[in-house]
Amino acid sequence: MAEPAYQQHTLAFRAGVGEALGVPAAVLGAGFIGYGSLAADAGYSIWLTLSATLAIWALPGQLVLLEMQAGNAAVAATVLAVSLSAARFLPMTLTLMPLLRTGGRPRRLWQFLLAAQVVSMTTWAVTMRRFNDMEADARWHYFLGFSLVCIVASVVFALIGQLLIGALPPLARFGLALLTPLYFFVTLVGEARSRSAITALVCGATTALVLHAVAPAWSLLGAGFIGGTAAWMLQRRHARLH
Amino acid sequence: MRDSTDLWLLMLACAAATYMWRGLGVLLSGRLSPQSAMFEWISCVAYALVAGLIARIIVAPSGLLGQTALTDRLLACAIAFFAYRLARRNMFAGMVCGLVFFMGAVYVRSAIL
Repeated sequence: MAEPAYQQHTLAFRAGVGEALGVPAAVLGAGFIGYGSLAADAGYSIWLTLSATLAIWALPGQLVLLEMQAGNAAVAATVLAVSLSAARFLPMTLTLMPLLRTGGRPRRLWQFLLAAQVVSMTTWAVTMRRFNDMEADARWHYFLGFSLVCIVASVVFALIGQLLIGALPPLARFGLALLTPLYFFVTLVGEARSRSAITALVCGATTALVLHAVAPAWSLLGAGFIGGTAAWMLQRRHARLH
Repeated sequence: MRDSTDLWLLMLACAAATYMWRGLGVLLSGRLSPQSAMFEWISCVAYALVAGLIARIIVAPSGLLGQTALTDRLLACAIAFFAYRLARRNMFAGMVCGLVFFMGAVYVRSAIL
């Protein structure tokens, strides 16, 4: 009954593609269609939008880059802020890679390093959940299929957003410009269930708004360092008391 | 930052700075526990930074959104969130309600003024 290995790989790949083609691709599409229109508004060429999506591949970081450029922030501050917004990739790849590595066919380091580039919040959340009831060897192909759809959907929708903004009537343009911030607002506020997440949200938003009035170019870095550290300390104190 | 070459270089630097975390995760996996105080801090910093980003875009946006009213943007967020909760955490219900309200508000304002 054992099917040839290539067939199992194809099945796992297809399962990943199929899973991604539903809600994940649609949600990413909504985020990236807004990103494309914001990028066009900021003067990006189509090639820059496309390359930023593939090279950075983290919507929050891409938005930080747009925002800080609009505020004429210093280059070092911009790179640091984008990097900090992506710091959660470290614990994400840290937990994902062992699951991709164990059991399956031995793979080379460069394959894992390449796989790390296509990890996103969405792929991480879904694959970590699915990997439990999946054979070790199927995981790699499932992951690739899932990631491929996410990337293609995001790039396509980013380009649609970029091209659409010039063709739409002004009213729809305003709607498109609010799409991504609104998407993040609902995601952040709606998904913040743990105490530490809520504390970090409130501290970050407050710090950013206060700093924005005083030193706009530093408001995002300040929100991360000051707001994030404050949230972390509050959380630790709370954990000690209870 | 007007120059296009500078823009490309900045984007690539940001991509490298993002990849650093991904690559480190691969190299350190199996050797580092994700349940440490340092990772809690990293998570808080990243979360707070993104929260700050969204707060800033909504309260004090640049570009196209800067031409809209603060009240409309805030109300759109509130409506999107409540629609999302009422529709049992359906993202699309939230987005559609928020955006329809927002465009309606922008339209009414432009018609009155």
